[in-house]
Amino acid sequence: MIFSFDLLLEALLFGVLLGCFYAAVSIGLSVSFGLLDVPHVAHPAVMVLGSYGTFVVASYGVDPIVAGVVLMPLFFVLGVVIYRFYYETFEKRGTDAAVRGLAFFFGLAFIIEVGLILAFGVDQRMAEAAYIGSSLELGDYRIPYRMLVAFGVALVLTFALTLYLSKTFTGRAIKAVAQDEPALRLMGANPVRIKQWAFGIATGVSALAGAMLIIVGPVEPAMDRLYIGRTFCVVVLAGLGSMTGTLAAGLILGIAESIVLMMLGASWAPAVAFGLLLLVLGIRPQGLFGR
Amino acid sequence: MKYWIGAAVVVIAAFGAALSGVNEYFFYAAFVVLQFVVLATAWNILGGYAGYVNFGTAAFFAIGAYTAVVLFKWLGAPLAVQIAGGALVSGLLGFGVGLLTLRLRGIFFAIATVAVIFICETLMVNWRYVGGATGLQLLRPELIPPFDTYTRMLFSVMALLAVIAVSVARYVQTSWIGRGLRAIRDSEEAAEASGVPTLKLKLFACTVSGALMGAAGAPMPMYLSFIEPASSFNLSYSVSALAMPMIGGTAHWIGPVIGALLLGSVQQIVTVTISNEINVLVVGVLLVLFVVLAPDGVLGLFRKVARKR
Repeated sequence: MIFSFDLLLEALLFGVLLGCFYAAVSIGLSVSFGLLDVPHVAHPAVMVLGSYGTFVVASYGVDPIVAGVVLMPLFFVLGVVIYRFYYETFEKRGTDAAVRGLAFFFGLAFIIEVGLILAFGVDQRMAEAAYIGSSLELGDYRIPYRMLVAFGVALVLTFALTLYLSKTFTGRAIKAVAQDEPALRLMGANPVRIKQWAFGIATGVSALAGAMLIIVGPVEPAMDRLYIGRTFCVVVLAGLGSMTGTLAAGLILGIAESIVLMMLGASWAPAVAFGLLLLVLGIRPQGLFGR
Repeated sequence: MKYWIGAAVVVIAAFGAALSGVNEYFFYAAFVVLQFVVLATAWNILGGYAGYVNFGTAAFFAIGAYTAVVLFKWLGAPLAVQIAGGALVSGLLGFGVGLLTLRLRGIFFAIATVAVIFICETLMVNWRYVGGATGLQLLRPELIPPFDTYTRMLFSVMALLAVIAVSVARYVQTSWIGRGLRAIRDSEEAAEASGVPTLKLKLFACTVSGALMGAAGAPMPMYLSFIEPASSFNLSYSVSALAMPMIGGTAHWIGPVIGALLLGSVQQIVTVTISNEINVLVVGVLLVLFVVLAPDGVLGLFRKVARKR
C-alpha cells in the first residue's frame, strides 16, 4: 500500500462518518451499562433484533428510519420488561447474584440470535430506500448517502439524549440514580422506577440504532458478536455514562477502524475495536471522560 | 481413595469401550461430550470457585487447537506432544488474561475475555501458515495398534483428559487453593486483608483453567481432520462452557461434570434429530432458566430435595 495524503484524508472522512454511527449504536448501552450498571451484554443482540424489526416493517414500503421510530415504543416496553425481570431476579439479591446476572444476559443474547436465525435464516438482509446505494460526489470523493443519513440520525440521537439527561426532570433523576442511589432513595424517589424508565429509553433507542445498522449495511443474526466489541469499546473508552464522551469515543474508534481498513485491509478490522477495548481496560479502565 | 478407584474405573471402561464393537457413531458423539466435560470443569476453576466470569473459553480452546496444528505441520509431532503444547500455550494465554484481573472485575473482566477471542481469531485469519480464513485440511497419521479407528483412539484420549481435568479441579477445590479462591469470590478485599495471596491464586486459577481448555482443544483438528478460524473461535463454545457448570452447580467439582454430561448429550441428540441452531437455543434457554429458577444448579436441587426428607 502506497501512503498518500489523499487516501488518509478519505480514511479520516469515512472514519468520522463511521464514528458517529458507532456512537449512535453505543448510546443505548451508555445509558444501560454506563449509567445504570446493568451488565447488558445482550445490547447488540437487541439492536440486531431492531434491525430485523425494521426489515419487517420496511417491507410494507415504509422508510427504514420511520420504521425504526415506529418500533421505539415497542422496544421501550421490551426494555422495561427486561429490566424489571433483571431487577426482581438478580439485582435485588445483591452482589451474590452478579455472576448469574451476567450469565443471564449472555444467554439472552444467544436466545435472540438463534430466534432470529430460526425466523429469518442465516442469510443477510437489507433494507431498501432511495438513499441506499447511491453516493454524493464531491470532486474526487464519493460519500455514500446511507453513511450521511446514519451520521445525521446519530448526531440528532446523541444530542437529544444529552439534552434529555441534563435538562429534564426525569433525565436528571436518571443521572442522580447513577451518582448516588441511597441519597435518591432518601429524597423519596423510587430508584427502581427511574432505572426501569431509563432502561426502557435505552432499549427504545436501540430500535432506531438497529434501523441505522440495516441502512449502513446488510444485517445477519450473528452480527451482534462483533458489535459486543464495538459498543463496549465506545462506552468504556467514553468513561461510563458520559454522552458527549460517547460521541468522542465513537469518533476515535471510527477513525482508527477506517485507517486500519485502508492500510491493512478488511481482515484486520474486527480486531481494532477489541484491541482498543483491551487497551483501555488495561491502561485506563475509567475511560477518557470517567465519572 | 474412593475417588481414585472411581476415576480408574472410568478410564478403564472408556478404553474397554473403545476396543469393543460398539457403534462408531457413539465415539464420534461421546468425544464431543467429554470435550465439554473438560471445558466446563476448566471454566469452573476460575468462574465457579473464584467468581470471575470467563467468556473467552473459545479463545483458549482454539489456541490449543491451533498450537496442535502448528506442531503437527512443522514437526509432525504425535498427539501427546500436540496436547502438551496446546495446554502450554493456552496456559500462557491464561496467565496473560490473569494479569488483567489486577484491574478488572465482573463484567469488565468478562468483556475483556471476549476481546481476547476476537483478537486471537483475527491473528489466525491473517496467518497463512495455518490456512488463514479458509482453513487447512489435515491428514491423520498412522493408527496406534490397539485401536481400530482414529475416532476411537481420540475418544479414549479425551476420556483420560476429562479424568485428569476433574482430578485437578477436585484437588483445587479441596486444598487451601480452593478455600482462597472462594474467599476471593465472596470478597476480594476481605480475602486480601486476611492474608490470602489473591493475585497469586487468581493467576494460578487462570493459568490452570486456560491450560485445561487448551488441552481440550488440541485433539480437535485431528478429530475433524480440518481446522478453520470461524468455527474454532465460535462463541458457542464460550456459552456452553459457561452454561454447563451453571446448570450442574458451580460449588462442587461434580457440578460441571453433571452439567456437561446432561447438556452435552442433549446437544448431541438435538443436533442429530433437529438442527444445529436449535442446539444453541437449548443451551441459551436452559442457561437462563437455571440462573433464574435454580441458582445452585442440579446440585442445589438435589440438596433441596435431600433436606426436605
